[in-house]
Amino acid sequence: MRRIHFNDIVEKVRDLCMEANYSLSKDVIAAYERALEIEKSPLGQEVLKQIMENARIADTEKMPLCQDTGLAVFFVEMGQDISIAGGLLNDAINEGVRQGYSKGYLRKSAVAEPVFERRNTSDNTPAIIHTELVSGDRLKIMLDIAGGGCENMAALKMLRPADGIEGVRQFVIDTVRNAGANPCPPVVVGVGIGGDFEKVAMIAKKALLRPVGQPHQRLEVASLEEDLLKRVNHLGIGPVGLGGLVTAFAVHVEIHPCHIASLPVAVNLGCHSSRHKSITI
Amino acid sequence: MIKTKKIKTPVTDDTISDLRAGDKVEITGILYTARDAAHKRLVQLIKEGKDLPFDINGQILYFVGPTPSKPGMPIGSAGPTTSGRMDPYSPYLIERGLKGMIGKGARSGGVIEAMIKHRCVYFAAIGGVAALLSKRIKKAEIIAFEDLGTEAIRVLEVEDFPVIVINDIYGGDLYKEGLKQYSSLNIHDIINCHPR
Repeated sequence: MRRIHFNDIVEKVRDLCMEANYSLSKDVIAAYERALEIEKSPLGQEVLKQIMENARIADTEKMPLCQDTGLAVFFVEMGQDISIAGGLLNDAINEGVRQGYSKGYLRKSAVAEPVFERRNTSDNTPAIIHTELVSGDRLKIMLDIAGGGCENMAALKMLRPADGIEGVRQFVIDTVRNAGANPCPPVVVGVGIGGDFEKVAMIAKKALLRPVGQPHQRLEVASLEEDLLKRVNHLGIGPVGLGGLVTAFAVHVEIHPCHIASLPVAVNLGCHSSRHKSITI
Repeated sequence: MIKTKKIKTPVTDDTISDLRAGDKVEITGILYTARDAAHKRLVQLIKEGKDLPFDINGQILYFVGPTPSKPGMPIGSAGPTTSGRMDPYSPYLIERGLKGMIGKGARSGGVIEAMIKHRCVYFAAIGGVAALLSKRIKKAEIIAFEDLGTEAIRVLEVEDFPVIVINDIYGGDLYKEGLKQYSSLNIHDIINCHPR
């Protein structure tokens, strides 16, 4: 049994929150460069250049890329041969968020409950935490910064199996069209197909953590991603919705086995400031 | 290159009449910040027949909730939030003489109607470039609803703050026009930007 100390997790999560909000990973910057080569709209090109300049400023000056520093969403893979000394995993993650959002001058965007007073919790907790037990003695913590603008445009539908791939396609395109300029395109489109009601939402979000544009391992899924991306970019929404050829950098599809009667599909959009970082302890 | 128009606040009807959907504009002067919670309170005051905490006539509202400012900086990162959430409230403020709004994303039919009727323009700032935009903000001060934290109303002193006209007073709509121009292409001409 490998022991990991509570405080070690706190420190790592604290730094992860700050880094994710200041600096984009290489795959995102590479996606910007490819988009600039493809985009034909003069206004769209200008927007892409500003997005790149913003990334440079944020990284150099350690400033948040976006004022919406999101809810902190964690996907944790915890090896079964680990024990955490000094406290609970979720408490350690939340303490890391608390410290990172305070020390890093990040915006606190969490309210304590959704419909009564909506009082701000003032420390951006609680984080959303999904934990999966895996083999081994490593702790992998993946963070996705989920801003409100794109999260609000997410959608889920329980299709009939008879709706098939055409139904899935239609739902994805309709969701991106309906989102328009709101989710700050160019977006990464996270699509979940299969599983059940909650599973499909989870895999749609997890799809956003993949390096931008990395195809699914299964060939037929990868070619569905290609097809969907073409159709999404055919919508003409363009960078920040002002019209153009690059509405999405990539479509990431995740699939899961499901019930004989079901065909769940979920779409989660990630804004152009695709902030995801992970560490392994 | 698209020409940039420079305007100063407070804004007059003449200035508003000169703006067209698609214009790039740089604003110098004062902007007032407000997002969801502040809008709710402002409209509540109007419904109760009370005074607003500032004179809204001729002013521009910026839909933003900035990050905390680091020591020595006037403000943190400060980009636009989604405007659609302000749609239920905006017509009340437009009737009171509000001349401009800065946010991102499309507005409702009701808001667009009120803008045309009362001569108000909707601008978009580029969403998600909040570090860049903060450089054009020279001063920031909370003037109302301090308890709302990031959602408090601030007065921002801005210099050449860059925005684009989305809805003008003549019914022009850049989101619709941009979409029309780029959605009519042949799908076979669309190039994917996957790294392959």
